[in-house]
Formats: sequence, structure tokens, C-alpha cells
Amino acid sequence: MTAERFLEICILMSLALLAVSFLMITVRIVIGPTLADRVLALDSLVSIGIGFIAIIAIKTGYPLYVDVAIALGLVGFLATVALARFILRRERPEGSEIAAAGKDRKTGTP
Amino acid sequence: MMDIVTGILLLIGSVFAIAAAIGVLRFPDLYTRMHAASKAGTLGSGLMLLAIPIAAFQPDIALRAVAGVVFFLLTAPVSAHLLARAAYISGLVPGHGSGIDDLKGRYDPNTGNLSSHAESPRSSRKKVQN
Repeated sequence: MTAERFLEICILMSLALLAVSFLMITVRIVIGPTLADRVLALDSLVSIGIGFIAIIAIKTGYPLYVDVAIALGLVGFLATVALARFILRRERPEGSEIAAAGKDRKTGTP
Repeated sequence: MMDIVTGILLLIGSVFAIAAAIGVLRFPDLYTRMHAASKAGTLGSGLMLLAIPIAAFQPDIALRAVAGVVFFLLTAPVSAHLLARAAYISGLVPGHGSGIDDLKGRYDPNTGNLSSHAESPRSSRKKVQN
């Protein structure tokens, strides 16, 4: 087996694994019980998208895709930070006592 | 030779990515899911980014890829910590029903600051309320 053939097989297997993980994280986004679960799943979806971009950069032989990957990582980080601030502002219970929210607390189980 | 190293890096990175995805799908709690997503996911995408300069073999691409990996390694813990802090303050209980909550009473509910000891006047007032 030549080295080029090995690289082709590795690219195909990596694409298949990334597609399966993309699907799993999409399931978590759909069923995620709280908003924080969905934000976390979107963050990991961005990292899987970076992996896709890296594989496509190697497969097409056009390495400038690494700039696209860096930009996507920056956008994903900023989106996660903004959504975390949004969760912090939105879901604070009445009276803003952390321990007093016992009856309203979610367990996080689906 | 470079093709073999590139393929092995891609395979290891995608295995880490699918490990992160299995963790995100199967773990019972937001905080345990965050372990999988922020550690294994970052390592997977970083390894796959490091495969680009090995395949391309140009110094500018290598510099940009290494800068991108360093950027991801710096920002993933920050975003994970912000998300966990927001989820905790908004009332999501860690521990998945085990009742262990080491941060209980340590966050100032008005300012959001974290104190190192739980026995503050505010937390004792909370105990009286409960």
C-alpha cells in the first residue's frame, strides 16, 4: 500500500467518524434538557466543524483553509461567551438567591 | 512519509472528536458533558489542524496552524468555565442527584463573586431560610 493510498483511506475514515460525531452532537442539541446543554453542544459542533475544514484542506491540497478554521474558532468562542452571559442574565431565579432556588432547580437529566 | 504522518494525525484527531461526541451524548449531567466537550473536542480539532502544515509543508501555513491551535487551547477552558459558572449561578445542580455540591453557599448571589469559605453571613442566612 502506497502512502497516498493510506492517506486517502485515513481521510475517508476521519470523515466518517466526524460525520457520526456531528450527528451525535446534533441529537444532544435537539434533546438537550437545558439551554446550557445546547450551548455546550453548539460549542463542540464548532470544534467538529474545524476538524472538517482541516480534512478538506488536506484533501483538496489548498492549505489556506486554515484561515477559515481560525475564523470559525474565533466566532465559536465569541458565541459561547455571549450565550453564557445570556444564560447568566436570563435564568437567575426570583430574589436572586442561589440556594433559595431549590424548588425550581433542574436536575439536568433528560 | 509525510502522508503517513498526516493520515495518522487525522485518524487520532477524529477518534478524539468522536470520543467527545459520545461523551456529550451519553454523560448524565451538564458538568460531566463539559469535561468531554472541552478537553477531548479541543484536542481532536487541534490535532487535525496540526495535520495541515505537515501535509502542506510551508512555513506560513505552519505558523498559522500553530497559532490557531494555541488559540483554541487558550479559549476552550475560558468558554467552558464561563458556561459552567453561568449554569451554576442560574441554578443547575451538579452531581447528578448525588447531593454533592462543593460550591454551595460560596457564590455571592448579588455580585456573583466566589468566596473561598462557605461560612459567610449570607450563607448562614440562607440556612435559616431553608
